[in-house]
Formats: sequence, structure tokens, C-alpha cells
Amino acid sequence: MATTETTESTGAEGGHESGVFPPLDATSFPSQLFWLVIFFGALYLLMSRMVLPKLGAILTKRKAQMDGDIARAQALKDETEAAVKHYEKALGDAKANANDIARDTKAKVTAEIDGEQSVLDGELSKKIKDAEARVAKAKAKAMESVESIAGESAADIVASLTGGKTTKVAVAKAIAGIKR
Amino acid sequence: MATETVVNDPIHQFRLHSLFDLFSVGGHQISFTNSALFMGLIVLFITGFLLMAASKAAMVPGRLQSIGEMWYSMIHNMVNNVLGEEGKAFFPLVFSLFSFVLIANMFGMFPYFFTVTSHVIVTASLALFVVGLVVVVGIYKHGLGWFKLFVPHGVPIVILPIISVIEIISFLSRPISLGLRLFGNILAGHIVLKVFAGFVVSMIAAGGIIAVSSVLSLGMAVALTALEFLVAFLQAFVFAILTCVYLNDALHPSH
Repeated sequence: MATTETTESTGAEGGHESGVFPPLDATSFPSQLFWLVIFFGALYLLMSRMVLPKLGAILTKRKAQMDGDIARAQALKDETEAAVKHYEKALGDAKANANDIARDTKAKVTAEIDGEQSVLDGELSKKIKDAEARVAKAKAKAMESVESIAGESAADIVASLTGGKTTKVAVAKAIAGIKR
Repeated sequence: MATETVVNDPIHQFRLHSLFDLFSVGGHQISFTNSALFMGLIVLFITGFLLMAASKAAMVPGRLQSIGEMWYSMIHNMVNNVLGEEGKAFFPLVFSLFSFVLIANMFGMFPYFFTVTSHVIVTASLALFVVGLVVVVGIYKHGLGWFKLFVPHGVPIVILPIISVIEIISFLSRPISLGLRLFGNILAGHIVLKVFAGFVVSMIAAGGIIAVSSVLSLGMAVALTALEFLVAFLQAFVFAILTCVYLNDALHPSH
């Protein structure tokens, strides 16, 4: 390919310059090599000393930032999960506590009610007993009064009937006799 | 040089001319040529572009910075994947090679720009440098044991000499293939592009039905331009990845 191009070039130029296909013209090699070494060397130095460290630093910094962010997000997530667990545990504890308190309170209240009930019952039955005793006493007293009234009435009746006097003792004896 | 020659001669674009002569060494004139000028522009462009891309150092990159980072990451990953952790030292070199070849090829796509990589001395020098570096690094790292590269494992002793000769030939042909591949692709592409573009002008000049059919030639030139942009990138990429593969032989000779 190169040779055909060379002949074409020679034909077209008609020996205008050296007549050699320029990319293969050895006379230009020293100059090109000289400048290639200088410019490629310069490029290498610029890249390795200046440009690449800068670009690398940007990418490293971003990677570090992202890794840090991800780690922080993970830590926060773990923290949240721990908090949720803690909350659920607290909630369970509180529920259990509430149940206990409710049960205890119920038992206490029931016991109190029972106690008061029994006290009240005792008081009431005592009052009833007292009342009954009082009634019985009053009854007995009344009966006694009936006796004495009966005696007096009998004495009065006897007095008014017979006009005589009777002794209380005789009347009481008589009443006791009747009663018997 | 007459304008007509420029239009019709597909070789003109490769012609070197001295901008000023410097000195001569052993009878060889060293001059600052258009090629040297474009080499300088390539270095300026790469450095300037990447420094601009890195200047903001934003956590969320803008467009320019994204390109710079992609450029960096592509070669960084390539070196990492092929050479591993030990290959870190070669990253600036591979990056410089890739960038130099890429921008040289891309600059070549602009009309009236000189294509540095269309001259065999440039591509062959870079290729020879790479293969020379492989030999130097290989011997520096592994001593004479590096030459086991040419004596593959598990090959029957009978055919070992033949294999070794083939291995040596294949190794020696590397700089030739590496340098000529790039040179040939860029040279041929530019010639073909110029030929088709030249056709457009000549056909229009011919007039009549030929002038109308010059549209086909124009279409071809447009399509080839797109293809050449692809080739420009691809050849730079191929040059870089082959450099990595060859350097891998220097670091890990047993394959």
C-alpha cells in the first residue's frame, strides 16, 4: 500500500519536493523523534506530576465521602432498629406491668370491699342484737309495769268494790298467784 | 503549492514543512515542523482540558469534570484490570500514551490540522518504547527468569524449541504490529477520506450528470468521517490496552 502511494505521490508532485512518500521520508525522522521525545516526555511529566494526582484526589475524595455516608447511614439504621426494639420491649414491659397493677388493684379492692362488708355485717348484726335485747328488756319492763298496773288497778277495783283497803303485798301475792 | 494540488493530492496532508530550523546533529537537520507544532498543541490541549476539568473538584461533577473523570477512570480501570495492583506505577504512562494518541487522532479529524500519528516514526517510536520498557521492566523485576516467557509451561520437550522460536518471533513482531496498526489505520483513513472528498470537487467540476452523482461521493465522505472518528478513538484504546497486555508480560511472565 505504502509503495503505491509513494509512486502516486511522486507522480502528482512531479519531483516537487523530495518525491518520497512523506510519512516514510527518513530525512524527517530525526526532527520528529526529537520533538516526540520532548513533547511526550513533557506530557508524561505533566500527567504524572500534576493532572492525574488532581483527578485521582477528586475520585478518592468522592469515594471516601460516599463510603462514609453509607457507613453513617448504616449506623443510623442500626440505631433506629435498636431504638425500635427498645421501644417494643418497653411497650411489652409496660403492658405486663399494667396487667399486674390492674390485677393487684382488683384483688386489693375486692379484699377491701369484702373486709368492709364483713365489718358492716358484724356491726349490723350487733346493732340488731342490741336492738333485740333492748326490745326484750322493754318488753320485760312493760310486763312488769303491767303487773304493777294490774296490781294497782286490782287494788283500786277492790277498793272501789269493797270499799276496803288492800295492801300492796296482798295484791302482789294475788297477782303472782294468778300468774302462776 | 497551488490550491489545486492541495485539493487533488491526498498525500499533501502528510507533508512536513519546517517552521524554523534549530540545529543539526550528525548531519541530521533538527527543525521545528508542523508535526512538532501539533505535538505541542496536543500536550497543551490534554493538560489544559484535564486541568480545567479538575479545577472545580466538585463533589457532584459538572459536564467537563465528568469527561475528565471518565477519561481517568477508563484508563485507571484498564490498568487495574489487566495489570492488577502492581501495575499502578504504569498508569501515568498508559494514560499519557492513550491521551497522546487519542488527541493526535482527533486533531487529525479537523481540516488543515496535521495528524501526528500518520507518520510511522511517531507510532513506531511509541511502540518500540513500550516493548523496550517491557524488556527492561521484565529483566529488572525477574532477572534472567523473565526469559521463561519464551518457554511456556507444559510443552513437550520435543516441540519446545519450535515454540520458543515462535514466541520470540511473536514478541519481536509486537512493536511492528503495535506501531503499524495505528499508523496504517490513520494513514489509510485520511487518504480514503481525502480521495472521496476530492472526488466531490472533481465531479462537480466535470458538470452534468457526473456533478449530480457527486452526492454519492459526498455521502461516502460524511460516512467515512464518522467512521474515522470511531477509528481515532478505537486505535487509541487498542494502543493503550495492548500496552497494558504487553506490560503484563513484564510483571507476570509465566502464562
